[in-house]
Amino acid sequence: MKWLRWLVVALYLLIATAPLAWMGLSSLKRRADTISPHAKVLPAAEAPSDPTSPRFEATLDAYRELNVVHAGAQQSFWRHLGSSVLIGLVSTLASVALGTCCAYGFSRFRVPGAKDWLFFVLSTRFLPPLAVVVPVLIMYRTLDLQGTHVGLIVLYTVFNLSLSVWLMKGFLDEIPRAFEEAALVDGYTRAQAFVRVVLPEARTGMAVTAVFCLISSWNEYGFAMTLNSSGAVTVPAYFAGLQGNIEGMPWPQIAAGALVFVAPIVLFTVLVRENLLRGMTFGTIKQ
Amino acid sequence: MNALELIDVSKRFGATSALDGVNLSVGEREFVVVLGPTGAGKTTLLRTIAGLEAPDRGQVRLFGADCTHASPAARDVALVFQNFSLYPGKTVRENLAFPLLAPGRQLAAREVDERIQWAAQLLRIERLLDRSARKLSGGEMQRVAIGRAIVRRPRLFLMDEPLTNLDAKLREELRVELRELARRLETPVVWVTHDSAEALSMADRIVALFAGRVVQVASPRELYLRPSTPAVARQLGSPPMNLIEVRRAGAAWRLPNGDEFGAAGVEAPSEALLGFRPEHVRLDGGASEAVVEVVEHLGPQRVVVLRWGGAIVHATAPTSIDIAVHQRVKPSVPPERCIVWPRS
Repeated sequence: MKWLRWLVVALYLLIATAPLAWMGLSSLKRRADTISPHAKVLPAAEAPSDPTSPRFEATLDAYRELNVVHAGAQQSFWRHLGSSVLIGLVSTLASVALGTCCAYGFSRFRVPGAKDWLFFVLSTRFLPPLAVVVPVLIMYRTLDLQGTHVGLIVLYTVFNLSLSVWLMKGFLDEIPRAFEEAALVDGYTRAQAFVRVVLPEARTGMAVTAVFCLISSWNEYGFAMTLNSSGAVTVPAYFAGLQGNIEGMPWPQIAAGALVFVAPIVLFTVLVRENLLRGMTFGTIKQ
Repeated sequence: MNALELIDVSKRFGATSALDGVNLSVGEREFVVVLGPTGAGKTTLLRTIAGLEAPDRGQVRLFGADCTHASPAARDVALVFQNFSLYPGKTVRENLAFPLLAPGRQLAAREVDERIQWAAQLLRIERLLDRSARKLSGGEMQRVAIGRAIVRRPRLFLMDEPLTNLDAKLREELRVELRELARRLETPVVWVTHDSAEALSMADRIVALFAGRVVQVASPRELYLRPSTPAVARQLGSPPMNLIEVRRAGAAWRLPNGDEFGAAGVEAPSEALLGFRPEHVRLDGGASEAVVEVVEHLGPQRVVVLRWGGAIVHATAPTSIDIAVHQRVKPSVPPERCIVWPRS
């Protein structure tokens, strides 16, 4: 039965990695090869003489050309990546920080109607984001937050806050109260005990929460697209915006850019993968 | 002046009453043991003294000052938890230093080092100082936890069953050590436990706590010989006190099946619960017969279980006396050794 298990894993791996592999191959091609009617799957040092050959000439030009400003866009890929990084990092930090403090309150103090509050916090996730696009758009127009980094940071922070509160509550509930109580008796204030004793214990939980928040703000497309025409365009919105431009889609550059774009997320996830499962179950697995 | 005074302290959690009008005082160098079964409110009592719980009613006074609503940090008492081990990410040294580095304390670095050294020496944990708290055995952990309490030189120690999670041998060893340590530090201790041997061997005074109420406050000897209620009697001693139901007929107590137990005063109640210690049961000189059901060897002595007039009675017997199962004896208990609780 062991081979069957391997077969299932191998099949899944193939399905899961095929798009990435194709993207990797495309990023090495010239534009003509990416839209050729004959599938080009084998990188080679030189261009083949036969146009129907599956070989193509591999080149790193697409990566070099990531700083080109394409028709239909105002900035190069790198500038948009910068926007993504800024918005992703700041909103992740903000939602983890706010979420941790909020979850600590729910975890340690008797909050009147705590269950209802927590359900309310979670319920903000029930609506599909597109349902609130129009009201948000109107608000942002009034507040002059359209097309600004601050606008998207605030929005993503708010959206991730519910996830962050729930995840962090699960992690904080697992930290014995005795730790802070000992610190309180030892002569520390509640705030000092929180910083000196609880936060170090909650590090893994915060890292996991950060990954989830980062992934969701990193990949967010709907709001990034509707709230922006210029200014703070993140990478997903930038790629989408290249459609229909007069020069045609720069596929090799898009493939190269997409690979660069997913790399940090993959790295981040691998770093904390051991703790991700616990995060997925809201920390309810007892050790 | 008393180190600690609790005046009519009550605390409820929802529908359950954890503490119900508790009055308690602890002298300046006194070792007080609070003894009670699980759920009696012992831990709540300590947490209230430490300031981790606020009482619903009543007053907590420390060294004459009203501390009912003072923060835990302001009270300058040390609390050792039953299952709180240590800060897992820190070394033993860092664990010991943690209470000394609290912002309000402002000790010089040298003073901190000296105190850690002093505590480590006292508790014989010097060789563990640079080890991670995760890599300690149970006994070592509890020593370090106690070390965390003593480095501060607090005004009062609160110990919440600190020896319960340790094995029997280590428990007895630490019991002696800690009693001695408290005496040397000249600091009062409130020690909470459900273990009667611990209470009897360590306490200057024992406070018996049942269902959130103080039932009896007495010296170990007095509490052992003269428990005020059957519940206290059951909690203390191993084997525990015999408690049997008797009826009075004339000037004698009668066992459930009518056999004579022994003399009763004329003014004694007509129905009573009699309490007497196993070591006060003699295996001869009685008026009625009993059958030996079990003989347990406990080293220095034996515990004999008797079926006597429809009741089960525990007695102790020296190993020098020959006694066997199924043997018939005529046990007796000196009347002055019996405690009478009238039944209505």
